[in-house]
Amino acid sequence: MNQRFAKGLVSAAWGLAAVGILIVLWELYKWVGETTNIPLPANYDDASMPHIWVILGGFFEPEVRGSDTAVWQTVAAGAGRSLLIAVGGFVIGVSIGLLLAILMERSQLAERSLLPYVIASQTVPLIALAPLVVGIGNRIKIGEFQWTQTQSVMLIAAYLAFFPISVGALRGLKAPTAAHLELMRSYAAKPNAILWKLRFPSSIPYLIPALKVSAAAAIVGTVVAEISTGARGGVGRLIVEYAREATSQPGKVYVAVFGAALLGLIGAGLVTLIDVIATRNLPREGVA
Amino acid sequence: MKIGKFSANASVRAVGFAAAAALVLSACGGGDTATEEVVVEEEVTAVAEECASLTPVKLQLQWFVQAQFGGYYAAKDKGFYEEECLDVTILEGGVDIVPQTVLAQGNADFAISWVPKALSSREQGAAITDVAQVYGRSGTLQVSWADSNIKTSADLKGKKVGNWGFGNEYELFAGITKAGLDPAKDVQLVQQQFDMQALLKREIDAAQAMTYNEYAQVLEAVNPDTGALYQPEDFNVINWNEEGTAMYQDAIWASTERLASDADYQDTTQRFVTASLKGWIYCRDNAQECADIITANGSKLGASHQLWMMNEVNKLIWPAPAGIGVIEPALWEQTVTVALGTKNLEGATIVTEAPSPEAYTNEYVEASLAVLTAEGLNVTGEGFTPITVELKEGGN
Repeated sequence: MNQRFAKGLVSAAWGLAAVGILIVLWELYKWVGETTNIPLPANYDDASMPHIWVILGGFFEPEVRGSDTAVWQTVAAGAGRSLLIAVGGFVIGVSIGLLLAILMERSQLAERSLLPYVIASQTVPLIALAPLVVGIGNRIKIGEFQWTQTQSVMLIAAYLAFFPISVGALRGLKAPTAAHLELMRSYAAKPNAILWKLRFPSSIPYLIPALKVSAAAAIVGTVVAEISTGARGGVGRLIVEYAREATSQPGKVYVAVFGAALLGLIGAGLVTLIDVIATRNLPREGVA
Repeated sequence: MKIGKFSANASVRAVGFAAAAALVLSACGGGDTATEEVVVEEEVTAVAEECASLTPVKLQLQWFVQAQFGGYYAAKDKGFYEEECLDVTILEGGVDIVPQTVLAQGNADFAISWVPKALSSREQGAAITDVAQVYGRSGTLQVSWADSNIKTSADLKGKKVGNWGFGNEYELFAGITKAGLDPAKDVQLVQQQFDMQALLKREIDAAQAMTYNEYAQVLEAVNPDTGALYQPEDFNVINWNEEGTAMYQDAIWASTERLASDADYQDTTQRFVTASLKGWIYCRDNAQECADIITANGSKLGASHQLWMMNEVNKLIWPAPAGIGVIEPALWEQTVTVALGTKNLEGATIVTEAPSPEAYTNEYVEASLAVLTAEGLNVTGEGFTPITVELKEGGN
């Protein structure tokens, strides 16, 4: 336990050091730009690269003058909302991805006919997809339920998230060696039993990295879809709105960008949690 | 939050609106919005009783809620749409949402779009018709430092000229061409970001700006030399309305096919145009209240920026000698001429042939103006005087 604690402390220290180094590099770049004549590739002035303390100050400014809400509160609320949408998209995407993988593993025909479309699906640019989803969504009304942009954004996030899972899980489900499969067959195991008792556990080493990629895709998908469709309330829209004010308040947009980055960290953290729970019974070494 | 000056003809009514404004203000201050909602709901039910039923209508905007669309939000919040038995849902735009496409695909009933962009979509197959030309003037400027002495498009020769591209450059190119210059050779064109830092940092000599948005952003920035905000005297602007290459901008577009064949839709269009124009008339006379309505609807723009935008938008509409919304053939022709004749850097024009006659109609707007005039409303904005808006740092 003590050793683990020390290990955690060390990695936390490394994380903080990385942030510190980033801050130092940022300010160093500005300082080099301002005091020397060395030509630099990107602008270093206060409007393009505000000082770190200006950005930090931006967190605590009121969102609009006279309001009690500080920028960080709005961004936190927006990030929270985006996180919920991303988690929803992630869950939907992972479910669909797993179903597709199981289907493709079961049937050669399904694999041959579906896999090309699964891959092709990721080549559709968001700029074409977003208006389509929003447009069709506007027409959906079932009883009291009216499809809104929240659902559109979630669907786009799911669309980006299902791909890594379906490909990763397919690879994982096929991972058991012939010897393992033959053993199961010698027990006269039904395909479902093979799936749950053999294929699924042995796919976990492939699933975890796929889940990480998926989670990142869901979060990026949410933020980009919010920008693309203008969906209200999330951190993506805040980035667009604050970027418009960059002429006079360059620090503000960085607060929203920080919020988006925080989302990514939380997403990675959640998947690590899944990893720890899912792999707790697996041997630490020699995982195929 | 400070309430700006009302225009002369609105000041009489100002007192009456103080209560309403106070409600809205308390709502944005995070106060109790319940009272306000109750009031609105009562109005809706009261009106709904007079209508047999409310026709659901979807309106697609080009961008997020902001004073650029003040009239529609005012018509919704003040109950003008309900009076016309319409239940209007306003759909906000986004970076990749093209309103005229949304309309053409039947995912909205009406759309707000600039005329040149809509004409281009029409040529690519979107069957849409301009039923009310709300903005009578173009709001696009080319802003430059006063010491650069760029006062007309001829002065752009040899300068670094920022533009947004994506179809926003045609007025500029037409202006440059009209001055006898070649946009490809005689000026140095620079792709511009959507903020104005490039101009303030003097990376470019002239920057594209909307009167109601980017120009205000410049005037909301602090001049490091004086410590105070930049002043209009620090800049020159080229106004395409004066240069004669202005193109029609925000208009209400409807589905051509449904206008031709669907009597219910014709009726809905008539009522929608009437109520929308009434909203714009309301915003002319109550700029501050309209700015507050927009903020209450979720706009993140600062109070002074919002009011500035409302006031500048009013200037693009009023006075409207032929009546608000009327498409004036001369200006329509000018828009089409520029759209047909001006090449961008890739050599493309906005349209390759003149738009068909169904591209616009004054039928609905004229009937609406008759109704509004009969109600005693001033539809031409004769004697309109804009208010004076004092911009605060950052637009707050």
